[in-house]
Amino acid sequence: MMETVLEAKMINKYFKKPVLFHVLKDISFKVREGEFASIMGKSGCGKSTLLYILSTMDTDYEGELYLNNELITGQEREHLSYIRNKHIGFVFQFHYLLSEFSVLENVMLPAKKLGEKTLQEIEHDAIEKLRVLEIDHLAKKRASRVSGGEKQRVAIARALINNPSIIMGDEPTGNLDSYNSDNVFNIFKQLSDEQGLSLLVVTHDLDFANKTDRIIEMGDGRILE
Amino acid sequence: MVNWKVILNIAKTHLITKIKQTATAALGVTFGIGAYITLVCFMTGLNGMLDDLILNQTPHIHIYNEIEPSEKQPVDLYYEFQNTINVVHSIKPKQSQKRIHNVLPIINYLNKDPEVRGAIPQIKTQVFYIAGSIEIGGNITGIDIMKEVELFNFKDYIVKGEPQDLKNNENGILLGSGIADKMSLDVGDRVQISPIKGDVFPLKIVGIFQSGIADIDNIQSFTNIKTVQRILGEAENYITDINVKLYDINKAIPLAKKIEQQFKLKAIDINTANAQFETGTTIRNLITYAVSITLLIVAGFGIYNILNMLIYEKMNDIAILKATGFSGKDVQLIFMSQAMIIGVVGGTLGLLIGFILSNAIDQVPFQTEALPTIETYPINHNPWFYVIGITFAMISTFLAGYLPSRKAKKIDPVKIIRGQ
Repeated sequence: MMETVLEAKMINKYFKKPVLFHVLKDISFKVREGEFASIMGKSGCGKSTLLYILSTMDTDYEGELYLNNELITGQEREHLSYIRNKHIGFVFQFHYLLSEFSVLENVMLPAKKLGEKTLQEIEHDAIEKLRVLEIDHLAKKRASRVSGGEKQRVAIARALINNPSIIMGDEPTGNLDSYNSDNVFNIFKQLSDEQGLSLLVVTHDLDFANKTDRIIEMGDGRILE
Repeated sequence: MVNWKVILNIAKTHLITKIKQTATAALGVTFGIGAYITLVCFMTGLNGMLDDLILNQTPHIHIYNEIEPSEKQPVDLYYEFQNTINVVHSIKPKQSQKRIHNVLPIINYLNKDPEVRGAIPQIKTQVFYIAGSIEIGGNITGIDIMKEVELFNFKDYIVKGEPQDLKNNENGILLGSGIADKMSLDVGDRVQISPIKGDVFPLKIVGIFQSGIADIDNIQSFTNIKTVQRILGEAENYITDINVKLYDINKAIPLAKKIEQQFKLKAIDINTANAQFETGTTIRNLITYAVSITLLIVAGFGIYNILNMLIYEKMNDIAILKATGFSGKDVQLIFMSQAMIIGVVGGTLGLLIGFILSNAIDQVPFQTEALPTIETYPINHNPWFYVIGITFAMISTFLAGYLPSRKAKKIDPVKIIRGQ
């Protein structure tokens, strides 16, 4: 049996404005090492809200969250930033690169922040990640000058740079055509199969979800089994 | 743990890609600091000049014999009237000489005092200037010319001729410029001097004196002490005034009081004689600083504005930095360092511009009747102004950067990422 990477225990979340609204109700689930899970559900069912709680960026919730069996809930913001930096990789629907920096700098930035390796090692790692994703020829280009599909691959490379425990995606293919969507899926699949990376992806693309190891379906703030 | 290299690199990239806004913000500081340096150098230079105008000419303590009625009338001394109220009408000063008794020992005594830079004698008297058929009333002062030059910058007020010419000529006179104009006299001419008691003494004009104050230049002339003593027919110890210059002007008041008590003479200190001058200096300084600080505050608002705009433009960047593991503090430091870079660059350029401008003003000709010694606009090149300028630039950019950067620190990345 594989180790548990991410575990949510009885997570509840309320939106207080404009009126009190119970978004997430008693959410409990686990993501194991090497598992490629997707969260499906209709718009407004709370799946993105859940993802941002799992990502540690949203701290306003009830319940407990564990990453690598360490309790995350209630930690200092500084420490949460460190956890995001070291253990969690992000891929968003919109590519969210720093448009003024080069592709290579974008990929290197989280590693520079982590500061565990020398600049040469980081650069070597970054180019290696870009090569795996077949975009190493773009390294010196400015992030604003590459195409949408390429941007998303750069974002994946950035998510991978610190060798995180888990990669989270919020509709990572939502803004891409089917060719690029397949491409991104294949990359994820490959990372999961070959490197044993855990992935948790929010999507409402049924084709995408059907190809993942496990679908967590949500409705009205609950997990539907 | 703060990784300064990464933070500064991001700050630098932001600033360089938004070079126009950066330049605008930095120029705001540059002009603020530049104007401050120029203004403060110019204003304090002007203040210093006006102060010198008074301080150089005026003795710190002026000692003389005041003509005034005795405080104790003879009736007060009579023991039988001791416990009565005595009323004496129409008191007049008693006939006394203007000369200071025992003047030479007093001067020697004062010169030995460690606080005194110099005490020099003068004789003041009224005379008539006669040239041809014109007679003009005025004052003549007998001075020790070389000591006056040394202690009171007297040379600055001799517009024609040299101080040595007076020293070397027993019958020389430095004529006031107003008198010289009225009587059409110039250096080398002769003027007749007639004291009130009568007689006529011809003196040779060796120089022209101009203080810048027309009322003085129209009546005042200077000659050697011995010459005045001869005109008045008095002995060599006939001295009417002692002018004292101190090392520290603030000691003038206590020393003047001491002299009054010790020698029973009138001793006027410079602060009492020129009370209005201190007030003027204080107010001019106040205006200078008020204007300078206003300029710097305006520059500070410029930075505040531009950083605020930058943060709105960089919302996405801030969100992504936070999502990938940069803490709120890191983000705040990024924007703070941008503000500080703008402050340092703008401030340094401002110092440079202030330096260039104040030097340029120093070269501009400025000639006025009132100030014979001034040829260009006065500038006070005090290095402290530069220290204050750059310090204020740093403080104002820090404050201007602090509020927007705190906002950046508090931005919730989830809201930005989900908002799209």
